Amino acid sequence: MKRPIIELENVQKYYGDYHALRGITTTIGEGEFFSLLGPSGCGKTTLLRTIAGFEDPSSGVLKIDGKDMDGVPANVRPTNMVFQSYAIFPHLTVEENVGFGLRRDPRSAADKARAVQEHLEMVGLKGYGKRAAHALSGGQRQRVALARALILKPKVLLLDEPLSALDKKMREQMQVELIRLQRQVGITFILVTHDQEEALVMSDRIAVMFEGQIAQLDDPETLYRLPKSRQVADFIGTMNFLPAQVLSETPDGFEVEVAGLGRAALTARQAPGRPTGDVAVGFRPETLTILYEGQQAADRESPGIVEEVVYYGDMTYYDVKLDGVAAPVRLSMRNVFGRPVLDRGTRTRVAWAPGALVLFR
Amino acid sequence: MANRLHRLGRSEAANGLVLVSPPAIFAVLLLAAPLGLLFLYSFLTDGYLTILWEFTFQNYRDAWSDPLVRTVMLRSLGVSMMVTAITVLLAFPVAYFVSFHVRPDRKSLWLFLITIPFWTSYLIRVFLWKVILGYNGVLNSGLLGLGLIDEPLTFILYNVNAVVITLAHAYAPFAILPIFVALEKIDRSLLEAGRDLGESDLMTFWRVTLPLSMSGVVAAVLIVFIPTIGDYVTPQLVGGPEGRMVANIIHLQYLRLDNYPAGSAIAVSAMVMVTAISLLFLFLNRRFLRGRK
Amino acid sequence: MTAARWFKMYALGYLVFLYAPILLLPIFAFNDGTIIAFPLQGFTTKWFSQMFGNATLALAVKNSLIIAVSSAVLATCLGVFAARAATRYTFPGKGGIIGLIMLPLVLPEIIVAVSLLGVLLGLGVSLGIWTVILGHVLICTPYAIAILNSAFQSLDRSLEEAAYDLGESRLSTFRLIILPLVAPGIVSSLLISFTISLDEFIIAFFLAGTEPTLPVYIFSQFRFPQAVPAIMALGTILVLLSIMLLAIAEYFRRRGIAKSGGKDTGGFL
Repeated sequence: MKRPIIELENVQKYYGDYHALRGITTTIGEGEFFSLLGPSGCGKTTLLRTIAGFEDPSSGVLKIDGKDMDGVPANVRPTNMVFQSYAIFPHLTVEENVGFGLRRDPRSAADKARAVQEHLEMVGLKGYGKRAAHALSGGQRQRVALARALILKPKVLLLDEPLSALDKKMREQMQVELIRLQRQVGITFILVTHDQEEALVMSDRIAVMFEGQIAQLDDPETLYRLPKSRQVADFIGTMNFLPAQVLSETPDGFEVEVAGLGRAALTARQAPGRPTGDVAVGFRPETLTILYEGQQAADRESPGIVEEVVYYGDMTYYDVKLDGVAAPVRLSMRNVFGRPVLDRGTRTRVAWAPGALVLFR
Repeated sequence: MANRLHRLGRSEAANGLVLVSPPAIFAVLLLAAPLGLLFLYSFLTDGYLTILWEFTFQNYRDAWSDPLVRTVMLRSLGVSMMVTAITVLLAFPVAYFVSFHVRPDRKSLWLFLITIPFWTSYLIRVFLWKVILGYNGVLNSGLLGLGLIDEPLTFILYNVNAVVITLAHAYAPFAILPIFVALEKIDRSLLEAGRDLGESDLMTFWRVTLPLSMSGVVAAVLIVFIPTIGDYVTPQLVGGPEGRMVANIIHLQYLRLDNYPAGSAIAVSAMVMVTAISLLFLFLNRRFLRGRK
Repeated sequence: MTAARWFKMYALGYLVFLYAPILLLPIFAFNDGTIIAFPLQGFTTKWFSQMFGNATLALAVKNSLIIAVSSAVLATCLGVFAARAATRYTFPGKGGIIGLIMLPLVLPEIIVAVSLLGVLLGLGVSLGIWTVILGHVLICTPYAIAILNSAFQSLDRSLEEAAYDLGESRLSTFRLIILPLVAPGIVSSLLISFTISLDEFIIAFFLAGTEPTLPVYIFSQFRFPQAVPAIMALGTILVLLSIMLLAIAEYFRRRGIAKSGGKDTGGFL
């Protein structure tokens, strides 16, 4: 584990009767790209603003770089923030915006000007210094906000939904740039987002939050493949659920009977909650494959009927009703050349693997 | 402890109260306290040039038993109501026009044009109505010139009519602005929905636009009705003896007769009446809106 | 003819009604006759020249300017406090407190005047310019707040947080970020308050004591028919001055909204 830069211990926040943060305990490492992911109102922004110093926790301990932050106001914390609206000062130029935080810096004016130019270059805005801030596009404002925060050499950069105001293309471009920038400066980035794809693409670790609590904290792959609860599984990507029953506990896992799929042996890792009795089994659409004429399943297969076809160009989504199950399951197929798209009502076979299943309460 | 203080210093409520305190203290000292004193005066006894601290209802009894005061009070109410009705009725189509038929970038210009006369030299504007409505005034000479009348009209100056016309002119922008604001807030797709659901333009106006702009109309009514009742200049200049309003008697009691308790009692009576009527209006309006839902 | 045309005709007619008295003003200001009535008597500028050298008028102008400038500055200062508090903070009793401060907007001026008169005389304060200023601050503050509210409202709160986050204190944030962004609103508020105070009659009439202000002087002249043409000339100048001030105020108000990136909702109120 890297050296901890932010330590949260049972942090609680009340707004009157509203319990916004219900005991957050976690550690964020130095140089980590850490995301807070969750639906609106889950407390992720409150947590970010608490770290920044804009909100005081009602109780609990917050340490940044080993120092207790109780009573330390936002303007002296070693954190800087990129705001959702970017908060570019409209009456100042790009240069004045980027150099805003250097006002009390003892360096000479020339040194400061050089630092401003370096940071403009770093975010790809070389030559934009004299422009009026209000004449910038969304993506450019974003870059100014980044340069303005990074110029103060914070230990942690806080990003509050920084990409939500951009269009899809721009957003994807900025995702890549943010990752590059984070590697270049090497400091901790904490990103707040409600976009699961964004979090998966960018983060080293993701904390999924619901109702003021961290539901799961893991690296993107673990989070996607082995969600700890149905709530997390539902929030990140698509997951199919089928009713199942635990038949027995074996030395290295479980034996379950899944509706529509039959018996399967799962490892302990596939059941993070160790449920028993009536349970649900979940699996991602891409872990299922349609078997065409003459094809054989590598592992297991189950028969069904195509109920709905949704064509996406590069992909086709099928809703398939497996024999003996009322609700259809969704699966996705890449439209590789020569592979026909099936019609509704086609009888088919679906290949699956017990290793891709996750057991839920 | 230092931390607690620090937190208190940063709390929302404390910051807000500290900030608002200078104007609030000013308003308490120079508005709330004087109004309280006015109320108090109205129950004290006039001792000719001094005020005696003897509690009495006599001022109110005097005011309301004096036929002159009673006439003027009722006249003021009547004038205010008439002015309010005329102003709001005339203003609504203008507000509607600016909100619905003027290009968005021109709206500010229209509002500016509408508000300018309101800010400019109230006294002189009132005086000019005298010129317009007078015996040899603009209106009479115009009508005579056109041959529409044979001799000058005399019923338009130095009476209640003149007061109503002049006040309706003075308070016009006050009525237009709130209605305009309410109309602007109406989501235009609601009107399209109304028409899409088969209503005619007129019925859409009646069932959608008007109810949604009611808040603006109510604001316009109150913002015109309440101040007009206390207008002094207009009745003084164009009202003549039979156009006197309550402000003129208050002025008389205060500055000419130096009878503060009597003046205060009249002022308080007028304010109580205005407040009561405004509340009644609000209540009826709420009933009306609820009845429609 | 479409409904829109009818509306436009009506609105234009309404504007004529609004402007009719003001349009008459210059006509009589240049009319060579002491009676303010038709037919016109011929062209003259003597009413304008008569104004200069009128000592009472000069004193009234001087008093009115002192009162208007002081009231504008004080009302705008109070307005900044109230507008900032109202747009940025929630605090107990907010509605009541702001309501009280805004009350003079609907209160008949005569009520404000007599209630103030009662207190001032009760305290033994002698009437004069200062007492008028107190009254004018009271009635100008609500207008100042209305204008400043829209300036403060179009201010993105994260701008302050950003400045604070970048190391500034609350005070320097106010100076470096908020003040420059609401400056146009402040100018606009100063000009509007100045115009209101310059034009206000009742409160000055009750509270000025023996000091004349411009409206009080004008009102007193209405009693003398031979003095009225000069008042028309004075009025012409005042109207032009007010229109100019209002146009500048409007310009600053709009620029302020554009500057802080807000959307113009139009109008002073």
